[in-house]
Amino acid sequence: MIQSALDELRRMNKRQFIYQCLSFGMIVSSALMIWKGLMVVTGSESPIVVVLSGSMEPAFHRGDLLFLTNFESDPVRVGEIVVFKVEGRDIPIVHRVVKLHEGRNGTVKFLTKGDNNSVDDRGLYAPGQLWLTSKDMVGRARGFLPHVGMVTIYMNEYPKFKCAVLAALGLYVLVHRE
Amino acid sequence: MHSLLSRGNALVAYTLSLLACLTFMCFLSTLFVDYRSSAAINTVKVVVKNVPDYSASREKCDLGFLTFDLQANLTNVFNWNVKQLFLYLTAEYASEKNSLSQVVLWDKIILRGENAILDFKSMNSKYYFWDDGNGLRNNSHVTLTLSYNIIPNSGLLPNIGATGHHIFQFPSEYTVSRA
Repeated sequence: MIQSALDELRRMNKRQFIYQCLSFGMIVSSALMIWKGLMVVTGSESPIVVVLSGSMEPAFHRGDLLFLTNFESDPVRVGEIVVFKVEGRDIPIVHRVVKLHEGRNGTVKFLTKGDNNSVDDRGLYAPGQLWLTSKDMVGRARGFLPHVGMVTIYMNEYPKFKCAVLAALGLYVLVHRE
Repeated sequence: MHSLLSRGNALVAYTLSLLACLTFMCFLSTLFVDYRSSAAINTVKVVVKNVPDYSASREKCDLGFLTFDLQANLTNVFNWNVKQLFLYLTAEYASEKNSLSQVVLWDKIILRGENAILDFKSMNSKYYFWDDGNGLRNNSHVTLTLSYNIIPNSGLLPNIGATGHHIFQFPSEYTVSRA
């Protein structure tokens, strides 16, 4: 199969090859544009996240997809599911707000807890951190799609699989002629 | 032309697009459903103490204790695109320090098929009712509401407040002995 793909590549002339490269570039850049456009529309730095742990079971399982918004005009309230980042941890956490204090001077602080955890998240926060504020927040979960994120989990767990998928897709786009 | 690979590819592509289409229809079918419901809440015993909060600042903060009655029938909220309800009882109040405070006192997960008729008498709260200062003693306007977050099979994740709240006030003196 790879051999035939390479043969195909060799048979192309220069113009055709450049055209294929351009269409490959179009696919990559339009994917990037969609992602960045979603960031603008939703106000969240990461509009779609994959649930990575079972701390929100039975609502969310590993591999479920969440769509986030993060509008400033829309204040956080207790009971909402927020995605937040903690200093010193790369992976954002998806948990529910269980306590919230809105100060007289406009500051908002809140505490989160996973539905499947028996205690609140103070143990997960940075040392000495007792509350989250709006700057820790990535977004609030608005939409839910089950299982679709499993693909990215497999890709992260098996880097070889990821390379194989990307290489196959890239080769297909380069070689495939309309 | 019709190699095993191309047949497999066509089959997988068709299955995936069909699944995506059905999932989207499932989302559309429940997009405009009215999930509102009502609940009857009442407090039985209300006590406030002033004790150090070792989980936070170690300073003395107000800690409320209450037992409550709760009746609600949420059977009608369930439909084919409701996987789970996350119920939570919120206490909402204002104090000198905060213009708005919300504390979840109790929560419950109801999966589809489980009993959705609630009738609790003199329930203890599940979580501690800490204020982050001294805003509970003599607070005359604390609102208890029951809300629920709907977890669908696929679709939106709305948070809905049940109609029927209960307003109570905390006593003007701290309780010192064990309540």
